[in-house]
Amino acid sequence: MDKLQLLLSVSMALFALGLLGVIVRRNVLIMLMCMELMLNGVNLSLVSFAQRMDSMSGAVLVFLIFVVAAAEIALAIPIVLLLARRKRTLDLGAYADLKG
Amino acid sequence: MIESLLLHLDTLLLYLFAGGALAGAVLMLVLRQPMRVALALISTMISLGAIYGLLGVHFIAAFQVLIYVGAVMVFMVYAIMLLDVRDPSFTRRFSRLLVPGIAGAVLLLGVLVYAAWENLPAVSRATGAATFGLQQFSAVFLNEYWLHFELISVLLVAAVVAAVAVIKVNQGERG
Repeated sequence: MDKLQLLLSVSMALFALGLLGVIVRRNVLIMLMCMELMLNGVNLSLVSFAQRMDSMSGAVLVFLIFVVAAAEIALAIPIVLLLARRKRTLDLGAYADLKG
Repeated sequence: MIESLLLHLDTLLLYLFAGGALAGAVLMLVLRQPMRVALALISTMISLGAIYGLLGVHFIAAFQVLIYVGAVMVFMVYAIMLLDVRDPSFTRRFSRLLVPGIAGAVLLLGVLVYAAWENLPAVSRATGAATFGLQQFSAVFLNEYWLHFELISVLLVAAVVAAVAVIKVNQGERG
């Protein structure tokens, strides 16, 4: 198997597993971690494509995704902390009154 | 035997770390405790960093370990330790979307892999690890992508202000 094919398959599997985790898990923190897993899968595909095409743009995009992930987590964690303080639980079923 | 093993050592290591990353991702879905899920995610991220190192993009491997494992996951582990309440999401791990979720994920994976394997880009030239140094990255980053760099700084300021605002709003409601 080609190296690029292997890496692309791994990255897509990571993305699909992260999406599955966001859908099926009930814990809010675990859902956030599965979102990080999706970002990691995208990063892997960007790096392998950048290496195959011999261009630097993929690496720059990966760098930008790092920063966006850090900003996302810095904003998501306080929101989760506030939700957990208000509802006394991390279970998603308790947040059903949030739907519009 | 040993020589041929050493000849294909990087391929072997690539398979090893790819398997490690996938195993960590699968463990994330089935483990019960959030702390163990976080450790599985950290092992996945370190495996991905090793893959980046094997591909020759060493600075991205360093940033992967520094930013993801060093900053994001430490933050996540702090939050888990802060919130260690025994709640229903520990005993019942999966929502009732389990079966449609698995079906959708398998379908998505199949479509993605099929689409990617159909139109793979051809090898442009000898994929050299030598062209992927920090020097080239810095030149491209600050010459062609300076606007993105500035926008990212604005995004970071906005995120910090928003995090402070979230805390402030909650304090105002309580006090």
